[in-house]
Amino acid sequence: MRDVSLGQYYAVSSPVHRLDPRFKMFAVLVVMVATFFITSFFVFGVAFIFIITVSLIARLPLLKVFRSLRAIFILMLFSLILTMIFSSGQYGEVVLWSWRRINIYISAMLNAGMLASRLVLLMLTPTILTLTTTPIELTDALESILKPLTLLKVPVYVFALIMSIALRMVPTLFEETDKIISAQKARCADFESANLFRRAKSLGSILIPLFISSFRRADELADALDSRCFNGGKRTRLKKLKFEIRDLVSLIIVLAFLFLVLLLRYNWWSFYWIIQLNNVVI
Amino acid sequence: MPITVKNISYTFSPKTPYEKKALDDISLTIEDGEFFGIIGHTGSGKSTLVSHFNALTRVQTGEIVIDEFVLGKKKIKKRELRNLRARVGHVFQFPEYQLFADSVLADVSFGPKNLRLPKDEIYNRAKEAIELVGLDFEAIKDRSPFELSGGQKRRVAIAGVLAMKPKILILDEPTSGLDPQGKIEILELVQKIRRDACKIVIMISHNMDEVASVADRIAVLNKGKLATILPPKELFRSRNLLQKFNISMPEASSLANELADKGYKIDRGVVTVEELVEEIKRLMRNEE
Repeated sequence: MRDVSLGQYYAVSSPVHRLDPRFKMFAVLVVMVATFFITSFFVFGVAFIFIITVSLIARLPLLKVFRSLRAIFILMLFSLILTMIFSSGQYGEVVLWSWRRINIYISAMLNAGMLASRLVLLMLTPTILTLTTTPIELTDALESILKPLTLLKVPVYVFALIMSIALRMVPTLFEETDKIISAQKARCADFESANLFRRAKSLGSILIPLFISSFRRADELADALDSRCFNGGKRTRLKKLKFEIRDLVSLIIVLAFLFLVLLLRYNWWSFYWIIQLNNVVI
Repeated sequence: MPITVKNISYTFSPKTPYEKKALDDISLTIEDGEFFGIIGHTGSGKSTLVSHFNALTRVQTGEIVIDEFVLGKKKIKKRELRNLRARVGHVFQFPEYQLFADSVLADVSFGPKNLRLPKDEIYNRAKEAIELVGLDFEAIKDRSPFELSGGQKRRVAIAGVLAMKPKILILDEPTSGLDPQGKIEILELVQKIRRDACKIVIMISHNMDEVASVADRIAVLNKGKLATILPPKELFRSRNLLQKFNISMPEASSLANELADKGYKIDRGVVTVEELVEEIKRLMRNEE
């Protein structure tokens, strides 16, 4: 359980890891919005290549990036099947295959394919963010983004502190849980028993000590904050977020991607090659 | 029957950026009736090594033989696992953090209950264990473990392991976090357990005085490797070894060594205070 930490930060050094987390959040938003403007498989292909290139630059193992798809596998399967079954096809379209009252059309299958591609993109993009950004960086970024709310008397820094404390404690709690589980296992506690009652009882032997130690920790932390005169005021930070040249370069790349997607969709200047492209590929 | 450890290696989170080698090709044998001490710095792999003995950690490479149990790469059957864990008791560091039941009796009974023993046997074992750790059974059995003192909590937690009647007992820093008096009492308890209840006691410790005074042999772990196994007298006599692995001496040894450096004819292998006192008495008699 050692490598369990909140999120799934993959600790290598890469240009993507070093980017400003605020920018990364913004970029994820842009790419996700762009996804909704994609209506052809060709552009989906471009988007996939874009995502894979970013993953490679971030030195992430692709397998790890794609593993995130397991979480939406069921959702994808359902939406695929439902779209295929309930689409009624374009006017005058030939039925590809039918059984009782269910008719499957080619256009429905294409629609389903689009939907699946969109879901995959929507899942992969934030995955790259969480793989390349530590949870602490994310909270810092969030605090920085929400800062304007202080004007409306929203105590943003307190929320940020609560969040970073919570994140800080997650690995500690996991470690603690691990220890308690081992200790109770050493007393032959049965966490895999088929007998539900027995298993529930064993769970109590983990949860109760865990609760007690969490309260003890919270108490100690509160005392430590008090003794260092914490009053919810401004804190300085070790790592200041700074928008740098590399962020600007990446920003241009991401916006160019958005522009390309929009251009391929709307073709404002009626480029001939786009029309041709749309004719050749669906 | 002894414990035989053959070429055990262990890596945490293999094939990830967090990969870390915790144990590196460790082989050793622990004899019947032995009090075996394990020392080493934080992260030297002490706890990982002993957690192999009751299969809390699965063997990655190598093999461990304990009585009729052979722990290797193969998964052990559930029933066998239970028997193994009843045979090899493991008291963790700060064991009082694992207390959970609403009465001392219930908490100590947790182990035997999991062994699915008959009811009266569970009760008898709990009673025996609580008395073994030096607590008054009738007075304490219905109290909540959370309202006891630190030393009492630790005794109850140790009783919780002893109630399974292990032949082999592993103690991970049993005295850490206790006051000096509590430390002495727990050490006395450990020696009593070794005398009356368990054939083999394995103790991990940071405190050289403690290991030196109780262990028959001491294994030194350094960065996952087995540095040496020696009886305390020989270990604390070999200064080069201690320096090489950055291990401090017991108080008595360092005093004896300082006296020897000053030219007194004192045995450098003294490890306990009692022995030191005897040596100094002998020295003074010779001076007269």
